[in-house]
Amino acid sequence: MSKAIVATTSLAGCFGCHMSLLDIDERILKLIELVEFNKSPIDDIKTFTKQCDVGLIEGGCCNSENVHVLKEFRKNCKILISVGECAIMGGLPAMRNNIPVEECIQEAYLDGPTVGNNTDKILPNDDELPMILDKVYPCHEIVKIDYHLPGCPPRADLLWEALVALLTGNELKLPYEVVKFD
Amino acid sequence: MSIFKKIFGRKSSKPKVVEIEKEEVTVEDKKIIVEEKEIKNKTMSEKIKFTIDGKECLAERGQNVLDAALDNGIYIPYLCHVRGVKQAGSCRVCNVKVAGRTMTACTTPVAPGMEVENNTAELRELRLTIIEALFVEGNHFCPSCEKSGNCELQALAYHYQMMVPRFPYAFPQKKVEADNSKILIDRNRCVLCKRCIRSFKDENGKSYFAFTKRGHKLEISMDKEIAANLTDEKAQEIMDTCPVGALIKKEKGFDEPIGSRKFDKQAIGSDIKSVV
Repeated sequence: MSKAIVATTSLAGCFGCHMSLLDIDERILKLIELVEFNKSPIDDIKTFTKQCDVGLIEGGCCNSENVHVLKEFRKNCKILISVGECAIMGGLPAMRNNIPVEECIQEAYLDGPTVGNNTDKILPNDDELPMILDKVYPCHEIVKIDYHLPGCPPRADLLWEALVALLTGNELKLPYEVVKFD
Repeated sequence: MSIFKKIFGRKSSKPKVVEIEKEEVTVEDKKIIVEEKEIKNKTMSEKIKFTIDGKECLAERGQNVLDAALDNGIYIPYLCHVRGVKQAGSCRVCNVKVAGRTMTACTTPVAPGMEVENNTAELRELRLTIIEALFVEGNHFCPSCEKSGNCELQALAYHYQMMVPRFPYAFPQKKVEADNSKILIDRNRCVLCKRCIRSFKDENGKSYFAFTKRGHKLEISMDKEIAANLTDEKAQEIMDTCPVGALIKKEKGFDEPIGSRKFDKQAIGSDIKSVV
């Protein structure tokens, strides 16, 4: 059997979900037997070099770059999985959703207590920089997402069981302890 | 009494007859009343038979379906209900089906021979839908919530292994009220179940909490004077009564480690199933 190809990314996330993937401990050796990684921070491949079977998305969409990457993943992956609270509902970055963007930027670059020497009152406004969205969006509100694995981060057991079930085609039966939102 | 009757009776025959008749009637009345009371007492102590998913159950007369189910060791999921407090039927999670109609178990009294459907695929789906709707209607950031792990809304989502709500997130604008010394009111997390309004009353029966505003702006508010004079114990009681993290005791949060909180390892309602 040829190995399944997996791609991963972290959008508006903290890389905690990727850390949780590494938390499968010695099973990572089995994982390497099962899959080959393509675009992912794990192997540092920056762009897709082939079509992938599974894409793991960490984090929601808070700027135009996140949306672009997410759409690339949808194009290049057969199955997309939202991993973690941020990908599923925006997570902690989405706590800004009730605050107008203008106020957020004002606080971050002008008025915040940690703003030191921005005496020229410069706001990030360069074509090279991604534009901030009006609010943080869950991934499934931007593209079609096939599966969701909740948790902050999702338990290593949940990630492992879900991936193995998906790759082997077995039914996924999750114990109570592994589905958690924090 | 009898002496008076005899004296007056001798004077005139007419009142005598009337008196005797009256006396006889009252004795009869008393007998009937006593008999009725006995019957009533008997029926009060006799429990009503009804079934939940085909399982024979017994209920007190006048008891609601939800309490009766819990007494019989059957778990019907609920969010707004508090035992001993007047029911509101506001969360709709305890929906059951009786004679083809869905109704909230907490507000429906048990009737003899009632056949209640509880754990059916249809009702599980209906309840999950309601839970999903509650998640998208508020701002439920579980990872940053002090109540996470002890939250009943979250526990119900775990119970049904909710992976993602099927509805778009509303991200409504809600206000946090932190000017009380003991209680933090975070309306982002409130599910408007009225538990706090119904549970906490002062010596005159006036609620600590009330609904203010209307429609989609509806929110809970607390009496400022009562809030200013809360004891630590009462504040803790209020926090424990709130099914979600909308009412938080100040200067407390995150004191239980992940893994030892109420619903970390034990599903909500699992203690009720073991009662049987």
